[in-house]
Amino acid sequence: MAIAIKLLDAKAPSGPLESRWTRHKDQLKLVSPTNKRKYTILVVGTGLAGASAAASLAELGYNVKAFCIQDSPRRAHSIAAQGGINAAKNYRNDGDSVWRLFYDTIKGGDFRARESNVYRLAELSLNIIDQCVAQGVPFAREYGGLLDTRSFGGALVERTFYARGQTGQQLLLGAYSAMMRQVDAGRVTLYPRREMLDLVVINGQARGIVCRNLVTGELEPYVGDAVVLCTGGYGNAYFLATYAKNSNATAIWRCHKRGAFFANPCFVQIHPTCIPATGDYQSKLTLMSESLRNDGRVWVPTKKGDTRPPNEIPQDERDYFLERKYPTYGNLVPRDIASRAVKAVCDEGRGVGATGRAVYLDFSDTIREKGIDYIKEKYGNLFEMYQHITGEDPYKVPMRIYPAVHYTMGGLWVDYNLMSTIPGLFVLGEANFSDHGANRLGASALMQGLADGYFIIPYTIGDYFANTTLPKVSTEHSAFKDSLADVHRFLTKLLSIKGNKTVLEFHRELGMILWDYVGMARNAQGLQIAIEKIRRLREEFWNNLKVPGDANMLNKNLEMAGRVADFLELAELMAIDALHREESCGAHFREEYQTPDGEALRNDEKFCYVAAWEYTGDLSKPELHKEPLVFEFVKPTVRSYK
Amino acid sequence: MAKKMTLHLRIWRQPNPHTPGKFVTYTIRDVSSDMSLLDLLDVLNEELIKKGEQPVEFDNDCREGICGMCGFLVNGVAHGPKRGRTACQQYLRDFKDGETITLEPFRAKAFPVIKDLVVDRSALDRIMAAGGYISVNTGSAPDANSIPIPKDIAEQAFDAAACIGCGACVAACPNASASLFVGAKIAHLALLPQGQPERIRRVLRMVEQMDKEGFGDCSNHGECEAVCPKNISIKHIAIMRREYLRALFCS
Repeated sequence: MAIAIKLLDAKAPSGPLESRWTRHKDQLKLVSPTNKRKYTILVVGTGLAGASAAASLAELGYNVKAFCIQDSPRRAHSIAAQGGINAAKNYRNDGDSVWRLFYDTIKGGDFRARESNVYRLAELSLNIIDQCVAQGVPFAREYGGLLDTRSFGGALVERTFYARGQTGQQLLLGAYSAMMRQVDAGRVTLYPRREMLDLVVINGQARGIVCRNLVTGELEPYVGDAVVLCTGGYGNAYFLATYAKNSNATAIWRCHKRGAFFANPCFVQIHPTCIPATGDYQSKLTLMSESLRNDGRVWVPTKKGDTRPPNEIPQDERDYFLERKYPTYGNLVPRDIASRAVKAVCDEGRGVGATGRAVYLDFSDTIREKGIDYIKEKYGNLFEMYQHITGEDPYKVPMRIYPAVHYTMGGLWVDYNLMSTIPGLFVLGEANFSDHGANRLGASALMQGLADGYFIIPYTIGDYFANTTLPKVSTEHSAFKDSLADVHRFLTKLLSIKGNKTVLEFHRELGMILWDYVGMARNAQGLQIAIEKIRRLREEFWNNLKVPGDANMLNKNLEMAGRVADFLELAELMAIDALHREESCGAHFREEYQTPDGEALRNDEKFCYVAAWEYTGDLSKPELHKEPLVFEFVKPTVRSYK
Repeated sequence: MAKKMTLHLRIWRQPNPHTPGKFVTYTIRDVSSDMSLLDLLDVLNEELIKKGEQPVEFDNDCREGICGMCGFLVNGVAHGPKRGRTACQQYLRDFKDGETITLEPFRAKAFPVIKDLVVDRSALDRIMAAGGYISVNTGSAPDANSIPIPKDIAEQAFDAAACIGCGACVAACPNASASLFVGAKIAHLALLPQGQPERIRRVLRMVEQMDKEGFGDCSNHGECEAVCPKNISIKHIAIMRREYLRALFCS
């Protein structure tokens, strides 16, 4: 135990919270301008975290190689974020402050995040907005020409800056442009259509990666002095999610298998309002903004298997179950509560639509009371998007919605400097576990990705270089040769099974297991079943997989096969973590641990720590390391929604 | 209500850039009209894999119409029949039961085919690198509200900035011009006060790079605007021309 805690030194500074980051920066060692150009940094992933890191590091004078799986770095899934980005600017004079953003985020995360990190995040939120505006990001403005803000979930102040419903797109294009400027300057080299398949560790330091060129199929080794991983979350393990189709856990998982600890893998956020699946062929789910629950009422028929069209079901045969179960908050209960309640009524057989996995979100009362123009002005673009996808007019028929996986709070463990347990391997954005605890607040993901990339890594990576001796290595080193051979063997194995089931079939099956047992509500028995089922499915995968084509060509099925192989391993760790955490907190709801009225019941005495798992070579026996969470400034309390 | 459909897909199959391609027709029965066009390709690919044939490769990622990765010609129209949408936002209910749908890659000299429906659009990134940015180092920005921008100007800049870089404008243009893509970026940055210092250099360099990549010139056909999934107006091409002339006089 003593050794474990020593290993998990978060390197978080002590002293007054407000000056921790400033003092920490003052103490970090610097690399001289002339020496910076001698270092090569490999940045993997080009979303908000990756693009902002690549741009900022190159501006400092480092050589940066940036890798992405898409055809262009501008496609990363940060682009799909709709709502906005939080910043404690207090432009509205409504009482916002860095402290308040810090407090909301700590509380929103149900007291499972590090105080030092979250305070720094709140502090840096101010700089992010300045930086983005200077880059030409077209944020929404008021008539006076100054920036507009709106309110968002979990806060009593209006601190969310936005660019129509496309905030993620505009922020990403800002970071992408900054990076392309460095491409022009010759400081960043782009490697699109590359997938990182292994981390090369030499003398205990991250010294390179092995990528597959997705067009030619060639395996390519790259040497670096540090690796910065910005590859996003692992929600696609569930198959149906709001993630992009190419989002995957392969980079973080292969790093985990090379020694990086994986923290809180069971913390997965499930968003209540998504457009439901219409059939078995469905490939992904699309989010509908949470703001719709301000004016929409959620209901299902009282009777099981009622197939009448919604407008033919009389009022007294409708169950407005959120209003019934939570009279105080009604339709505006928090995300996790709403998601669990929707799942419960569908499990009872009262779900609607072709698959029975949906509930109505009905605007007819508001339309009657406030008129159709009110709805059009507030939600016009969302209604249009809904109509595109479903072919139904939500002004006339109620929307059908269902919860979906859309963010992972867990990820690779990092210290205050964003370095993993492998020296030289830094992890940024959703790929790390750092700032959101057990539940992320809306409009905080964009903030974290950019804080990590623009304002943290440029400081902390210099300290690492200044304190570290990095012997010269080349791709001729045996570690590179071994890694290339490992990856080659892995791909050959996938192609040589020649079984009967496709990657998609395995992925769907895994998704169902995770959704059923490691989803919105979990219990010990279910988690044990999940672990058994995942192991069996993994065994079947390696004996009955069918992948077409070969490795020397563009082969999306081979790419997906590798990713699903990794999801099948990570899934077990998610279940193990969920099983070990015998408490409910944030998005992790264990049915055995709830208050009489169904609220999450935390156990601060036993579980006030970050669970960081070490790969031992045996997937079923990972070793648990704990980073105790100490709350010096905020007292953990019970989150009440009553 | 969803109904069952049978569709014939006539798809361009080309194993690699060096081998000539050809159309191959596949029939898929009993699919739901609620399916998206990309879901249908997934279903087809599953059938092909089971039969031991090569699946159809096509680029896609977010499947929400925002990343710009998907895109091919559907019955000769970039992205497909429903305007203002990407290929991933086309649904089978907008096709006829029994219809033959022809899918082929974006055709342009600057977009070489990689495989089947996948093309190389990296030329667009190279144009962006030639000036599609405002030079501001991290950490050097003034307070965000120190640069007031009139609401209507901010809105106009947003309309231009909404481009997703999918390349449909190039594929639709008889000259394979990238003018709408380039015009949108130039207009976005030229409209904003932050974009003024590099205004001249930016338009000259981006236009030069566009020519270098082998894109054609604009001759006002307006096909680009018609297929743009984000409804970006052709007026941005006029802005680009004005900016270019202005730059020639000023430089």
